[in-house]
Amino acid sequence: MNPRRVFAVLLRQIYLYRRSFTRILDVFYWPTVDLLLWGFVTLYLEKAGTEMLEKAGTEMPHYVSFFLGGLILWNILLRAQQGISVSFLEDIWARNLLNLFVSPLTISEYLLGLVLVSVVKVLIAFLVMGALAAFFFDFHVLVLGGSLLPFVLNLCALGWAIGLVTMAAILRFGQEAEILAWALAFLFLPVSAVFYPVEVLPPFLQKLATWVPSSYVFEGMRQVILEGSLKLGPLLKASLLNMAYLGGSYLIFLRVHHGALLRGTIPKIGE
Amino acid sequence: MAPTVVVRVHPRDPLYLPMHTVLEVEDLTKCFGKICALKGISFTLCSGEILGVVGPNGAGKTTLINCLLGLVLPTSGKIRYFGKDFFRNRSQILAKVNFASSYVALPLSLTLEENLLVYAHLYGLREPRERVAEVLKIFGLYEKRKRRTRTLSSGQMMRLCLAKALLNHPRVLLLDEPTAGLDPEVAQKTRDLILNYARQERTAVLFTSHNLAEVERISSRILVLQKGQIRALGKIAKLLEEFEAESLEELYFRLAA
Repeated sequence: MNPRRVFAVLLRQIYLYRRSFTRILDVFYWPTVDLLLWGFVTLYLEKAGTEMLEKAGTEMPHYVSFFLGGLILWNILLRAQQGISVSFLEDIWARNLLNLFVSPLTISEYLLGLVLVSVVKVLIAFLVMGALAAFFFDFHVLVLGGSLLPFVLNLCALGWAIGLVTMAAILRFGQEAEILAWALAFLFLPVSAVFYPVEVLPPFLQKLATWVPSSYVFEGMRQVILEGSLKLGPLLKASLLNMAYLGGSYLIFLRVHHGALLRGTIPKIGE
Repeated sequence: MAPTVVVRVHPRDPLYLPMHTVLEVEDLTKCFGKICALKGISFTLCSGEILGVVGPNGAGKTTLINCLLGLVLPTSGKIRYFGKDFFRNRSQILAKVNFASSYVALPLSLTLEENLLVYAHLYGLREPRERVAEVLKIFGLYEKRKRRTRTLSSGQMMRLCLAKALLNHPRVLLLDEPTAGLDPEVAQKTRDLILNYARQERTAVLFTSHNLAEVERISSRILVLQKGQIRALGKIAKLLEEFEAESLEELYFRLAA
């Protein structure tokens, strides 16, 4: 592993973003729109619901905190996934992949470089959404305390695993598969229980959710907001699942890359 | 301003190498399913030598370059650079090899300098900014270094790709149709640059081309490919004598067309 070559992959993306207003806008645009839209919707529903529940003499749960916390954490997963798969697409669109793959850069160095790109994008999205949530809705994401770090790491790990599978699909099926870079992560949204507890899912989806590491993170987040504590068992299970998925997706990518070398398709990608 | 080439290696320089084999290809075969693009290709390339690879479309020229770059895995056969197996020492070998093609550009939204800086880091150069400035000067692009790559003409783009290809002082340079699509004047300048660089730096060059006059002008030897097989390999004068041909064109049509 050569750190300079990893840095070169990051540097290429920094140069790309530095010179592109639309790309910079994209980093801020969706997190901002998402947060404001869902924040105000939740605020409205909570207000209406509180009035109804007050009449009934019961208390309203922390819907704004659940929604905004869920939204901010979901964006971490999404940005981690897109951080690697869209950066990979940028190299395909620029027809730069061939130049990269004939340099001394190894596959693991390239992937690590893309992971660093995604970390930068995750940090930006997190800071923007966290600041907006505090300013407009008085929700402070740091209320999650020490559990925030394992939550973020687990969501990033799943995002990278999905991103690697997306990249493998693009390498195998060409640019026709590029839609996956924006769509694949959303397959995990319903079973991740981002905005609702797992228990509201039908039984077969509840079973499926036990295999989705992000569902433990979002359940954990609600638990921390409600009780101020976190059960470590489910988080440990999420971490083990993520390690397995990350390792598996890396092997899938390596296998697909090897197949592309055998079929000679790498020079033709992007044509 | 006419581009100039800076002589880096002197016979007393420890990097100076007498004429010796830098690339060995042995019985290289590449089949895609039932179709074999390369069949039993064997040749060697020495330092300072320019090998021109000619053949009609579909002869296997690009597949050969792709195999030599590790972009395509051969079905069988061996590729050795500097006496080492390519696929076992890929990263180490590619640090001393480089590539340019008229069909492969660099990212258009980056400036010339940014593009080369990225590759200077990828090739682990000690003083990336100095080397980038040096190669941009060699190719007469230094004044345009802050411009975006998309503003370049096709001739300037090819010069930039060649600048990228020379960044790491390659000991082997692989060029896929380096003058395709260039006007005669720019093509001539590009040929001169390749020729001068190979002579002065003793870099081994393997290039493919459809331009037989170009191949005749700069090649030390030629390799004629047809349907993935070598039809002829050697010095042009010797091949003309061997096949009793009056010109390279006649030889080409007899062997490859």
